[in-house]
Amino acid sequence: MSSTLSYFRQENLPHIWCPGCGHGTVTGSLIRAIQRLDLDKNKVCIVSGIGCSSRAVGYLDFDTLHTAHGRALAFATGIKLARPELKVIVMTGDGDCTAIGGNHFIHAARRNIDITTIVMNNNIYGMTSGQYSPMTPKGMYGTTAPYGNLERSFDLCELAKAAGATYVARATSYHVPLLIDLIEAALQNKGFSMVEAIVQCPTYFGRKNKVGGPVEMLNWIKDGVVNVKAAASLPPEKVAGKKLIGELHNAPASEYTADYDELIAKVQRTYEGFQGGLYGCASNSD
Amino acid sequence: MRVEFRLSGSGGQGLLLAGIVLAEAAILDDKNAVQTQSYGPEARGGSSKAEVVISDEDIDYPKATDPDYLLALTAESYKSYGPLMGKGLIIVDSSVPVSADIAARTVSVPILETARDKVGKKVVANIVALGVLGGLSKAATRTSLEAAVKSRVPKGTEELNVSALRAGFELAELAASQRGARKTQA
Amino acid sequence: MTRNAKLMQGNEACTIGALAAGLEFYAGYPITPSTEIAELCAEELPKVGGKFIQMEDEIGSIAACIGASLAGKKAMTATSGPGFSLMQECLGYASLTEVPLVIIDVQRMGPSTGMPTSPAQADLMQARWGTHGDHPVIVLAPGNVKECFELTFKAFDIAETYRVPVIVLTDEIIGHMREKVILPDPAGLKPLRRAAPASPAGYKPYAADPDGGVPLMAPFGEGYRWHVTGLFHDESGRPSGKSEVADKLMRRLARKVEKAAPLIEEHFEESLEDAEIVVVSFGSSAMSSLSAVRRARREGVKAGMLRLKTMWPFPDELVARAASRARRVIVPEMNLGQLALEVERAGCGGAPVTRLGKVNGELFRPEEVYASIMEAVK
Repeated sequence: MSSTLSYFRQENLPHIWCPGCGHGTVTGSLIRAIQRLDLDKNKVCIVSGIGCSSRAVGYLDFDTLHTAHGRALAFATGIKLARPELKVIVMTGDGDCTAIGGNHFIHAARRNIDITTIVMNNNIYGMTSGQYSPMTPKGMYGTTAPYGNLERSFDLCELAKAAGATYVARATSYHVPLLIDLIEAALQNKGFSMVEAIVQCPTYFGRKNKVGGPVEMLNWIKDGVVNVKAAASLPPEKVAGKKLIGELHNAPASEYTADYDELIAKVQRTYEGFQGGLYGCASNSD
Repeated sequence: MRVEFRLSGSGGQGLLLAGIVLAEAAILDDKNAVQTQSYGPEARGGSSKAEVVISDEDIDYPKATDPDYLLALTAESYKSYGPLMGKGLIIVDSSVPVSADIAARTVSVPILETARDKVGKKVVANIVALGVLGGLSKAATRTSLEAAVKSRVPKGTEELNVSALRAGFELAELAASQRGARKTQA
Repeated sequence: MTRNAKLMQGNEACTIGALAAGLEFYAGYPITPSTEIAELCAEELPKVGGKFIQMEDEIGSIAACIGASLAGKKAMTATSGPGFSLMQECLGYASLTEVPLVIIDVQRMGPSTGMPTSPAQADLMQARWGTHGDHPVIVLAPGNVKECFELTFKAFDIAETYRVPVIVLTDEIIGHMREKVILPDPAGLKPLRRAAPASPAGYKPYAADPDGGVPLMAPFGEGYRWHVTGLFHDESGRPSGKSEVADKLMRRLARKVEKAAPLIEEHFEESLEDAEIVVVSFGSSAMSSLSAVRRARREGVKAGMLRLKTMWPFPDELVARAASRARRVIVPEMNLGQLALEVERAGCGGAPVTRLGKVNGELFRPEEVYASIMEAVK
């Protein structure tokens, strides 16, 4: 097993994240999961969108793709379908994934394409300095919600499950061993996996909402969640208003790129001896 | 020589296919052919227009400018395109009342009726019409028209469509005897 | 019947041209009047082991194509105006990150939903300037069905050679028109593929001659472990906010296409030698124009035709030369003067330019262009 640091492009460090930011914790957790599974570095491709979270890929020593805002999953879909043998991972944030990229998110889940998506949810747009996102809880503050956010937030795990993801889990930057375990399991699911990692943004969310610094924010995050296994034996009042962490959905199903390869094999059997598309095209009528 | 066709009717009547087959038949005869179309958003109903230009020479402009033949299967298409006709011949389905206001030479041909009653399937009216156009214009040979029909229609319907084409040829011969006699009902 | 003569639709010819060029990946979203391209790709690609995917929108379509191209595949998407608008952001991404890609835009009447089944040529400027930021663009415009095949094939060669997105700009008339075409013998076609580095050792994904050089491109998944970003980046692909890095990259990208321009330029001309009235057009408008020019010639008018096939980079010198003896330059196009602006800019030896725009969703009738020619010789 290689050292953890060997998975980083050390020449690109230090990173640009604020002191106390949770994104490094998630990035470290992903690397540890990859390390545990001993994945071939040359066969892992990590794709991101735009935002604080998406800067992670620049520090990682794989084929990495830092794309346009919200589009990581669409780019990743192209890579995975073109080369199904690659392990494709998407690192994205709550704004990137659930607002501008929401459509790509539900459709990637619907297809059950084998992509592991890590959503770093800090409940705010950090890169643009603290605007509310679709994951900002109602009543909380952002620079564009100066009187409190009126909008309801997504339950991203429920959304992923409803859209067809076959592995869905949630952890936080406080619950690091759990986060690593869940990412490891997600990477092993042959299909669309989503791990929501709730993280602290002390610079914008913490300050705007007077939650405090990194330590206070981590405690606030810890107090806002309950493990799904523990929740089963707790009285309802102890669970009410809290988010569940742990493995929330694991329902393997046939995977899109594998199905496509089967389709190719079937079509090619039908058209055995076919010399290529050039002159063999059936005429395309109206 | 450049021969221009305009095939008009409602969407779903298969006029586009008729135009394609006509163009393909001309190519089988070693001529040049271009087929264009215009259509509305409706897959069925609405208006539909296909145009075919056949020539021994290069075709620089692909659309009909002064059609030699207008096929009109509906009253609406007859009213829309009939008045634009100059030197050419209008072939109108016998279900469409012929108007004295439309001056161009006109033959009225029972295309829909022949498809329904003689060939036995309403849907092959387009191929019956193709037979009429081919027979009257002689822009493509009968052999090529038959070959083109066989290559373009859905598998298993070749025989039906060829009989529709032949029924169209017969109607053309009948209609040819009408020519010169303006606006007579067949 | 001439050997291999076929009645073929423009959209079909684009698809067959792409397949002949080695298309391996198509991602698209249904939109009139381009949909036949997607349908045919869905049918044909699996037969040759390629992949087709219908994405959730046009943004996702071009994004998936860029992903597939980075994975080493030849990728294409096709669309029309509204979808082309949605693709603009990622078109800029492909340009800055130098990802080979072919986009077919079958133009229809806009703006907005416009007239979906009617032709237009009003995406000429969108194709050039649609994405934000300065960026070089290569745009090819077929003038008939056969050229749909040829120029789509060529678009792949250009994309692979220069690592650029290439746009094939057709329109509803050419896309849906069927005509007789004789395609070249496939054995004689030698499609190009991007130059790849020899080994991962010391690979710098964006190292190239600053004077328009093209960097070597490694496919993902082969041990190169390189970084691609839409941020400005140095030779290693590392994001950089340094002004000198940005300046160097911008100038190399622009120079790359500038140097390619004379090598890829193509056009059709007729009777230009002594032409006093020069008609400059492209795509389906050029068909009406040619018919009008020929008629005028038959009647003794010194009219000539220049049909552009390479729209961008704009062939300034060619246009200036063609119009050097002209008394009048006429530019028929299905928009309100996008090509005419460029023709005016290219300079026409002082000859006035007639902006013959048509925006009713119909192709020019030859007599409309003819009338303009006759007006000019009065």
